[in-house]
Amino acid sequence: MQERPADRPPLLEMHGIDKSFPGVHALKNVSLDLHAGEVLALVGENGAGKSTLIKILGGAYRPDAGEIRLDGESRPIVSPTAAQAAGIAIIYQEFNLVPDLTVRENIFLGRERVRHGFIRAAEEQREALALFEKIGIDIDPGARCRDLTVAQQQTVEIAKALSVSARIIVMDEPTAALTSQEVASLFAIIRDLKSRGIGVIYISHRIEEIFGVADRVMVLRDGAHVGTHPVETVSRETLIEMMVGRSLEAEFPARTAHLGAERLRVEGLCRGEAVRDVSFSVRAGEILGFAGLVGAGRTETMRLLFGADKADRGHIFIDGREVAIRSPRDAMRHGICLLSEDRKRHGLVLKHSVRENFGLPNLERFRRGPFLDGRAERSLFAEYIEALRIKVSGQEQPAENVSGGNQQKVVLAKWLARQADIILIDEPTRGIDVGAKYEIYQLMNRLTDQGKAIIMVSSELPEVLGMSDRIIVMHEGRIKGEITDVAGARQEDILAMAIAEPASANESDRAST
Amino acid sequence: MTRLFADYGMVLVLIGLCALFSVLTIKEHMPSGTEAAEALLEQVHAECSRTDVILVVGAENTDSALLAERLGRELREAGYANVRTVVGSPRDMRLALDDLQAQGRQLAAVATAGDVLKWRVLDRISETHPAFAGYKRMAPEPYYWPGFLTGSNLLAIVDRIVVIAVIAIGMTMVIITAGIDLSVGSLIALSAVIGTLVMKHLGGLEAPVWAVPVGFLAGTLACGAVGALGGVVVAQFKVPPFIATLGIMLMARGMAFLITGGFSIYQVPDALAWLGQGRSLGIPNTVLLLGVLYVAAHVFMSYTPLGRYIYAVGGNTQAARLSGVPVKAVIVFVYVVSALAAGLGGSIQASQLKTGTPNMGVMFELYVIAAVVVGGTSLAGGSGRILGTLIGAFIISVIQNGMNLLGMESYTQQVVLGGVILGAVLLDKVRGGKGIGAFLPARTGSSQERTQHEQG
Repeated sequence: MQERPADRPPLLEMHGIDKSFPGVHALKNVSLDLHAGEVLALVGENGAGKSTLIKILGGAYRPDAGEIRLDGESRPIVSPTAAQAAGIAIIYQEFNLVPDLTVRENIFLGRERVRHGFIRAAEEQREALALFEKIGIDIDPGARCRDLTVAQQQTVEIAKALSVSARIIVMDEPTAALTSQEVASLFAIIRDLKSRGIGVIYISHRIEEIFGVADRVMVLRDGAHVGTHPVETVSRETLIEMMVGRSLEAEFPARTAHLGAERLRVEGLCRGEAVRDVSFSVRAGEILGFAGLVGAGRTETMRLLFGADKADRGHIFIDGREVAIRSPRDAMRHGICLLSEDRKRHGLVLKHSVRENFGLPNLERFRRGPFLDGRAERSLFAEYIEALRIKVSGQEQPAENVSGGNQQKVVLAKWLARQADIILIDEPTRGIDVGAKYEIYQLMNRLTDQGKAIIMVSSELPEVLGMSDRIIVMHEGRIKGEITDVAGARQEDILAMAIAEPASANESDRAST
Repeated sequence: MTRLFADYGMVLVLIGLCALFSVLTIKEHMPSGTEAAEALLEQVHAECSRTDVILVVGAENTDSALLAERLGRELREAGYANVRTVVGSPRDMRLALDDLQAQGRQLAAVATAGDVLKWRVLDRISETHPAFAGYKRMAPEPYYWPGFLTGSNLLAIVDRIVVIAVIAIGMTMVIITAGIDLSVGSLIALSAVIGTLVMKHLGGLEAPVWAVPVGFLAGTLACGAVGALGGVVVAQFKVPPFIATLGIMLMARGMAFLITGGFSIYQVPDALAWLGQGRSLGIPNTVLLLGVLYVAAHVFMSYTPLGRYIYAVGGNTQAARLSGVPVKAVIVFVYVVSALAAGLGGSIQASQLKTGTPNMGVMFELYVIAAVVVGGTSLAGGSGRILGTLIGAFIISVIQNGMNLLGMESYTQQVVLGGVILGAVLLDKVRGGKGIGAFLPARTGSSQERTQHEQG
């Protein structure tokens, strides 16, 4: 921690911020302070008010009450432009980059260096390179943004923030889609920002990261400020307790597997470079974990099993009989379902109600003559809402207004209603808050108790270790290894298989808790 | 009620337009129906004796002529000996007056209605025929009523929009899948031309009655086949719908000209007019057809699996496919329905005009799309309602009709219509696509802010 003269006012103070939406008191008298050269982690479950607080800081919302002070002086932030002028930059999860423009064009978008009506590309190029050098990144300013990796796009966003001389940078879930190496280099950049006296507000679901990068951590729960503490003074467990408002005995429910007969066997599955000669099997009542780095071919393998993409080669056997799966409909007929990692793009029709989403794969079942039996649909959905404890304001609530955990439950419900018994779950708890995660895990246990087979793809090593009965590790499209003694396995073992070379210090740093 | 307005916000706009045009087209009306005749009869009973000379006048070829003939007949039946009925022009009336004067008879009363009351000859009797100065003028009270709100005008509104409204059913489905179908205008012509050609070959003017449905069927099914082609191009080969249907639009128009050599086809049986101009149970067939089709389409979209699939494909194609929705089949289906609807629209048009012409339906695709969009269906796909489209179609028709009644010229009409379409869509954007209901007292508050919040 760096020295802070006591008489120097904080870089940013948000004082007594209050904000209500119809029916929801989103923020209740929340205060925050951020000093120059400090990283303040902001944590809380979904719906705790983090996004609302950030949107107020970014000028997207006006607070009902409260004050924002910069360097001790009151400064109302009335619009996103005002926020930018005040030196506040917010890097959202969905980047604000134009994919078809180059890195340089994106950085200078809206403030092009112009002379006589023409853009001075050479000058922009020089400035961009100087900027990149300053934060120690190596990206070609002439590259098109769509060709960059997610991590590179993120650094471009950071560079863009710096180029408008931002003094406060807010990062919303910056590591959600990054590999561990990329996370390590992001942290290096953040440390560099700190040394330049920039204040960083860091929002993350990944508690491990907070201990790696933040100076202080601020917890929000149900719109209220629970507390702000230096990271050295809190433990992972107390942090989770503060977030959920109760103590969690364990992060993962106890699991006792009752393995049955083999349900699904895959032999020699191939698709281009992404999936190469993948063979494995899973038994009834088993959770088979798939670990590996992002891009290792796990998601692609699941899509092949579900018929979402066509395999070049390979055989799939269900209960010992070979089946042909050419489309999701084929897979569904054989009792396979897929809960994809990107619920918003692949799992849900966001604008439609949760009921319609639940009904979509089950309409044949609700058919009476040529018509849909709406009552049957509603009553079955009501049963699942009850059984899975789905929190919705009603069956007609649009799926986009439901929290991540409950979206996942809606997707699960629609498949369970189809009697799916081979369940492929890709990143079961991505974007889902701590309390809801536990419920999803419990659900997975209940499903395997009923004899269903689950294949779980996860990039969260604790999750893979905590939930799987057996773990398969993939690397560059191939199965690199299998761990049958999960209880005795360590994260380092998985990482070592997941990356070709031995785990570097940074990666094990990130993976360990 | 709030629900209705929230779901079908454009209902308010439609009601407002109807109210506006009603107010603007209010004018004096002379009653001349059955009630008017009875009122006059009673007036005569009260004020005249059986021997009085009574002149019953009606203007030729108007409702007042019917009234005059009827009143004259009834008076004679009631025992009035000296009733004289005049149906004709003001000159005919003066001749009758001259005649009475020549016979030296006294005039007791003139009973009439409608336009006759405006005749100057009536006002000038005391000057031209001083002997009759004491006559009684008997006429029902004039009243005020909007020209817009008359049965015949309302039917004209339906008549004018029926083709567009029928096609808009298919277009709504296409647009809900986030597609567009530019070919429908040309398909109107293709269907009308093929249909009337079939009738021509089955006997022309002397063709049997069954030649008409056969012709309609041929034209409509031909369009359906063209629609299937477009659907496959869009679904299988992922050609943007705008381009795919633009190509079909040009091809279909060209075909319509090719197979007719550019001429209209008039060699059709009289029975052709039944669909577009006939009535069943006293209701125009077009109105009945429109009602049946919209109810069926609404039920289809709301209460069948395929209807739900159409919404899902437009809302999120990926999620729909991964939920087992046969996405390609759904897309082909909506383009076939759209083309079939266009084919049916062409049949109706041919029936209304009793001919098939290769330049029918030019620009109709744009009016159809306008009806759908004004009706609240989002071009982004995933949302929209069939009944909203009906309202949208009526809004367009009511605006055109109202402007006609007000005597606006057609160029001005186009400008106004374009403005209204833009305004309607802008309104939709402003209120976040939630129906005009968003302007009504809130039920759940600003949905947009709420959405963003709950994601946070």
